[in-house]
Amino acid sequence: MELQEKTAPEPSRKLHENPDKKRKLALSDKILLRVEKPARYIGGEVNAVMKDPSEVDIRFAFCFPDVYEIGMSHLGIQILYDMFNRREDVWCERVYSPWPDLHRVMKEENIPLFALESQQPVRQMDFLGITLQYEMCYTNILQILDLSGIPLSASGRGERDPIVIGGGPCAYNPEPIAEFFDLFYIGEGETQYDALFDLYKKMRSEGAGRKAFLRQAAGIPGIYVPSLYEAVYRGDGTIAQFHPIEEGVPGTVRKQVVTDMERAVCPERPVVPFLKATQDRVVLEIQRGCIRGCRFCQAGMIYRPVREKSVERLKELAVTMLKSTGHEEISLSSLSSSDYSGLDRLVTFLVEECRKSGVNISLPSLRIDAFSLDVMSKVQDVRKSSLTFAPEAGSQRLRDVINKGLTEEVILDGAQMAFEGGWNKVKFYFMLGLPTETEEDMRAIARLADETAARYYETVPKEKRNGRCQITISTSFFVPKPFTPFQWARMYPPEDYIGRAKIVNNAVKEQLNRKSIRYNWHEADVAVLEGVFARGDRRVGAVIRRAYEKGAIFDAWSEFFDYGRWTEAFAECGVDPDFYVMRERGLDEIFPWDFIDAGVKKEFLKREWKRAMEGVVTPNCRMQCQGCGANQFGGGVCYENQD
Amino acid sequence: MKIRIKFRKYGAMKFVGHLDMMRYFQKAMRRAEIAICYSEGFSPHQIMSFAAPLGVGVTSDGEYLDIEVGASKTSGDAIRDLNAVMADGVEITGYQKLPDNAKTAMSVVAAADYDLFYKEGYHVPASVEQFEEGIEAFFVRPSEVLVTKATKKSEKTMDLKKLVYDFRIRVEDGRPVFYLLLSTGSVDNVKPELVFEALLASMGLVFEADAVQIHRRDVYAARALKADDGFRFCSLGEMGEMV
Ligand code: SF4
Repeated sequence: MELQEKTAPEPSRKLHENPDKKRKLALSDKILLRVEKPARYIGGEVNAVMKDPSEVDIRFAFCFPDVYEIGMSHLGIQILYDMFNRREDVWCERVYSPWPDLHRVMKEENIPLFALESQQPVRQMDFLGITLQYEMCYTNILQILDLSGIPLSASGRGERDPIVIGGGPCAYNPEPIAEFFDLFYIGEGETQYDALFDLYKKMRSEGAGRKAFLRQAAGIPGIYVPSLYEAVYRGDGTIAQFHPIEEGVPGTVRKQVVTDMERAVCPERPVVPFLKATQDRVVLEIQRGCIRGCRFCQAGMIYRPVREKSVERLKELAVTMLKSTGHEEISLSSLSSSDYSGLDRLVTFLVEECRKSGVNISLPSLRIDAFSLDVMSKVQDVRKSSLTFAPEAGSQRLRDVINKGLTEEVILDGAQMAFEGGWNKVKFYFMLGLPTETEEDMRAIARLADETAARYYETVPKEKRNGRCQITISTSFFVPKPFTPFQWARMYPPEDYIGRAKIVNNAVKEQLNRKSIRYNWHEADVAVLEGVFARGDRRVGAVIRRAYEKGAIFDAWSEFFDYGRWTEAFAECGVDPDFYVMRERGLDEIFPWDFIDAGVKKEFLKREWKRAMEGVVTPNCRMQCQGCGANQFGGGVCYENQD
Repeated sequence: MKIRIKFRKYGAMKFVGHLDMMRYFQKAMRRAEIAICYSEGFSPHQIMSFAAPLGVGVTSDGEYLDIEVGASKTSGDAIRDLNAVMADGVEITGYQKLPDNAKTAMSVVAAADYDLFYKEGYHVPASVEQFEEGIEAFFVRPSEVLVTKATKKSEKTMDLKKLVYDFRIRVEDGRPVFYLLLSTGSVDNVKPELVFEALLASMGLVFEADAVQIHRRDVYAARALKADDGFRFCSLGEMGEMV
């Protein structure tokens, strides 16, 4: 074989020139080629918003303090990113936590953390907003501040530092991280950010300083400026008083709620990551809140009342978002999709629409019944997919305590229907360490799994079986959260939790159908730490800082989590973690988060806590209003049947 | 209908790896409303295949993917619609209909050519003359040039004399630019960095991956010539016709 013709044409264009000069990456090729997944740090994704810095008044860096693929999957940021960027005078950009490999390089080489869009330092921004979705990201907040070159303590910041804002579910008890933030936004971001931006612009043009701005911002509903409040403690460590230190600063901060979901912002052009994000799909938020009132669930309380979007609006949004992103999958998002009143119509529409265009539908958190099974059999391969049940507790007694209205009969009948429909995989989610839990309740988890397996073998004749049924049980350890009826509850030492998991594990081994059941449990020490952060007070902040100094980051990732580091940090700071988690709290105790009005009243939560102890269930919002206090917002389910 | 799309990849996009580029194009097809065909089954996927994967950090003027469409827009409209939904750093430059019996780009790839040059701000470790002499001594004069390539399981020894079809140097802005035409594909795949590293090693120099920009110019299929048993390379972008 011989080569006849060689081609070595002259260059078609100048090789040395950088074709996209307008956006110079913050990191050098040398660094980007050395770290894992460099596409985490380059920005420039489809639908990312670019603006000319000289044409905006406010630069806002929005941060999800975890790795890119996780942070990009969060709907909340996408909503506010869209809303902020609709303002001509604001440029909102995104920031995520540099993975430990890049973290090391940035520390060594003194490279300041940058926003993805402009690739410019976060420290140059006017605001740094950090969303607080789970407690175990707290050390990552310090990483973000540290890498940005922003003083960790709000009190150490000067006129040139961005205003650091926290928001999201963990802001409902902001106290453990209060010293790191200039202000917190309590509630849904859609309502007051415009007021905050307008105030900022006005005061800056008047030459006002940081302190003066924060003082004024404290007057905007939903805004909490921690430096303007003070906590006084009793000898036993509980709070004696919590109050503003300046005249005119409100004593209570009221959560912000969108009342008109129909007109609420919805990102029509979500950013499409190059990397495969955890949510590599269109996420359609169908409603906010939950009618159910499970007593352990913080989301179910703080997002009250339930507010639905109309089917018509959702149809329109689904089509627009699929077109603008090109995603091949769409999923519905809400705390309990089965309770959405237009589910039937919406899903039927989506199934039709998606069949035409090869789009997959994923339907999380649906109650298993004839309708959902029918829909699921249309959109997924029943032989490969699994059904999910979240009874949360193994026995009916304990399910009554937590107000999870799912009965054994409903579970078994649902599973049977599914087995008849061809499914043979079932996943169960439970919690261990719930208030009043006994050994009997733990063993009931294994029994429920066994009975489910038995249903399979009873229902499906041998020749029709697709092998054994596969039942997977997962348990996590219950962590009491603020603004739930269980906010008074205690936790248990890590050894105790592991003991509970062992009981379940042994009970599984005793079951007749043990070969069809698999059991996994979560780690225990991280649950206890999460508990300390969830219900901690201002004294916990020093521990978080100490742990960060000792190298704690990415605590939500088991490969990086080191409990020993935290034990040392608590000891060195003289803070006793047990004080926050190992005692049942008194009904009259003042909680660090009591100054927040989350809608649900403490009296309602107390009533629910007492009913839990009596094992009495409470009907959901649609069956009978419980007067929880969330009707003060003037919308949603509380007014559904009134005109 | 079989369609071959040609695109450029440059700038920050060079950090987006091959698998992510595939996902990127699947979404781009939907955004641009290209009537692409899907496989059957519960999770249908688009009928799409790429010619030759491009390594992370490498830029290119000649990337190809083949798709199957039910109906097609004109080449001009398709290029316009695709470019309207591209991220900065990807540019569609071709859209051609292939004959119905055409083999996929992936299966016909035989060669690819590259420019390699030291990036701005990096030290060029030898003069153009020294490099010219280096190429002569390393590649042109010897009758065989053996290099060992470590794969996942074993080592493979290749004779570059047979697999490097061209190796030259030219000068742009006073700096050397190396041109390589290399055997590419599933049988004898030679990566440009392997050849360049071997050249540097023969000159007693060290190859630093981040100092050198690798730029793919085009990808070729081999076309047999009727007259003798020789062949010539034909750009993958010249095997179809405009729609
Ligand atoms: S006020 Fe009544 S209807 Fe409204 S959220 Fe509370 S319990 Fe539900």
